[in-house]
Amino acid sequence: MTLGTFILVSLVKILLALFVLLTAVAYTVWLERKVVGHIQNRWGPTRVGPFGLLQPMADGVKFLFKEDLTPPHVYRPLYIAAPMIAVVFALTSIAVIPFGNWIAIGSIYTPLQIADVNIGLLIILGITSLGVYGVALSGWSSNSKYSLLGGLRASAQMVSYEIALGLSLVGVVILSGSLSLREIVDAQAGHFWGFIPNWNIFRGGQFVAFFIYLMAAYAETNRIPFDLPEAETELVAGYHTEYSAMKFAMFFMAEYANMITVACLASLMFLGGWRGPVFGPEILQDVLPIFWFLLRVFVFLFVYIWVRGTLPRFRYDQLMAFGWKCLLPLAIANLVITALVVALRA
Amino acid sequence: MLHLILFSVFGLICAAAAVNLLVQSHPINSALSLVVVMGSLAVEYLLLGAEFVAAVQVIVYAGAIMVLFVFVIMLLNAGKEERTKGSRVSLFIGIPGVTIGSVLMAWVLITHSGTRSVEAGALPGDPRQIAQLLFHQFLLPFEVTSILVLIAIMGAVVLAARPEALQPTEEKN
Amino acid sequence: MVPLSYYLVLSGFLFACGVTGFLIKRNIITIFMSIELMLNGVNLSFVAFAAQWHALSGQVFVFFVMVVAAAEAAVGLAIIIAVYRTRETLNVDRVNLLKL
Repeated sequence: MTLGTFILVSLVKILLALFVLLTAVAYTVWLERKVVGHIQNRWGPTRVGPFGLLQPMADGVKFLFKEDLTPPHVYRPLYIAAPMIAVVFALTSIAVIPFGNWIAIGSIYTPLQIADVNIGLLIILGITSLGVYGVALSGWSSNSKYSLLGGLRASAQMVSYEIALGLSLVGVVILSGSLSLREIVDAQAGHFWGFIPNWNIFRGGQFVAFFIYLMAAYAETNRIPFDLPEAETELVAGYHTEYSAMKFAMFFMAEYANMITVACLASLMFLGGWRGPVFGPEILQDVLPIFWFLLRVFVFLFVYIWVRGTLPRFRYDQLMAFGWKCLLPLAIANLVITALVVALRA
Repeated sequence: MLHLILFSVFGLICAAAAVNLLVQSHPINSALSLVVVMGSLAVEYLLLGAEFVAAVQVIVYAGAIMVLFVFVIMLLNAGKEERTKGSRVSLFIGIPGVTIGSVLMAWVLITHSGTRSVEAGALPGDPRQIAQLLFHQFLLPFEVTSILVLIAIMGAVVLAARPEALQPTEEKN
Repeated sequence: MVPLSYYLVLSGFLFACGVTGFLIKRNIITIFMSIELMLNGVNLSFVAFAAQWHALSGQVFVFFVMVVAAAEAAVGLAIIIAVYRTRETLNVDRVNLLKL
């Protein structure tokens, strides 16, 4: 493929992925409001469009027209830049996430992934690490005590649980022998014992790692039960107290985009990626893997929202103790056991 | 050609951010400029083929060490710098001195280094091969640095703790 | 095809900026950041030479530099916090007496 064709195809993929991701963010908000509403025995949005499906549009219009107030006491450059940083890093992770196999359109043979790099997993971890800046800087630049405390707590929480997140994924890397997301999914092909698929959570024995990843992901994305830094009843709203309209919407989008990224990563690492029964004509064989992948992401997001509607939140010291004293040793133990099993089997 | 363009663009960003670190008076701006330096250095490493080193640079350096710096700046609420007698003296002596030294070094490097050049992705830093080196040839430095990090963790916790938090708890009657 | 000297000049420039920052800055945290800048410059020249001589040890050594930088940053910042707690200033010119 020539350089020009490559750039054109990549641009198309980037635009498509961004469009899909932003729509997914908007409709994840809708899904959350509906599911949490039904858990709490009420309807959720029903008025705007059938089943409230146009509610995200209404929210978007509301955010655009709301008064974008910049308080006078803030440190203006960082106040304006922090939501942008949060959103940019939240949306960038989609660049290395594969949605399906290689497909052939006409004469172009391209993977369903914007960038197929050897170290895809490390790139996602790196981008997650950089996402802490959006939170920390917004908390500090808002120049208010609630924001500062919320920002410090949220960033300390994110940094602590990043370690458990990364370590829980290293077991999968040991089993697959590669850091490339595509190869990790390819290593989960086939079945064992006849019908159980070869996913890392079953055959790889990474069910403990899956739950560590789940909990670390809830903490990374500041969701219940780990959302003390941004709960309305705790610190007003934590690091995004002083933000209004579009900047607040950017933080919101960043949080849900992070959720989606984490869900995609869990589907790739533990649940077999896009593997599923494929049949039928050529076009269906290209599209079905995407459907299976999105099904897994949807299930993961549903569990996310389900947990949000069900559990109470942790106090901050309980949260930090849990991350450092419980999850981290468990993740290390999982790593050691996985490494031992792989070494003894070879 | 593309290699030269990418190198120049990110080299310029790197150099500009390094100069910005010196020029800014508020430490938080200097910290963020340093993050930009580290990010552009990660791209330079990628251009040289060191993909694993680039990823680790972003994860460890830009994503953890600099977050620590930003935390401390936020916690201590460090304000803008003051101008004291010492800083004026060092400005007059330091900047010309370092400029002369670095111009000399750059001149020597460019004129005397021959025509060696590196291609893009010259030495692919595959994680597998780096791990082979790290755990076979460099095993002793690896273990020693892990003990060093452990000592650093304990030292940091003790040094930054409040004095009353380090007192042994009193017995109740 | 970029000549190796370009990478070394960039590395030297970063190192020089780090030295300049160390000399002219008065805020102790900024001085610390200049040290980190110097270490980054050195990392770049390690990777550049590793690429030239096809020796992967250069890239492995970058890890050790990063780990040492991390340890030093952690302990150094803890010392800075301790100094701030007693002296209530971050200006190195004011921390010039052993007596508080």
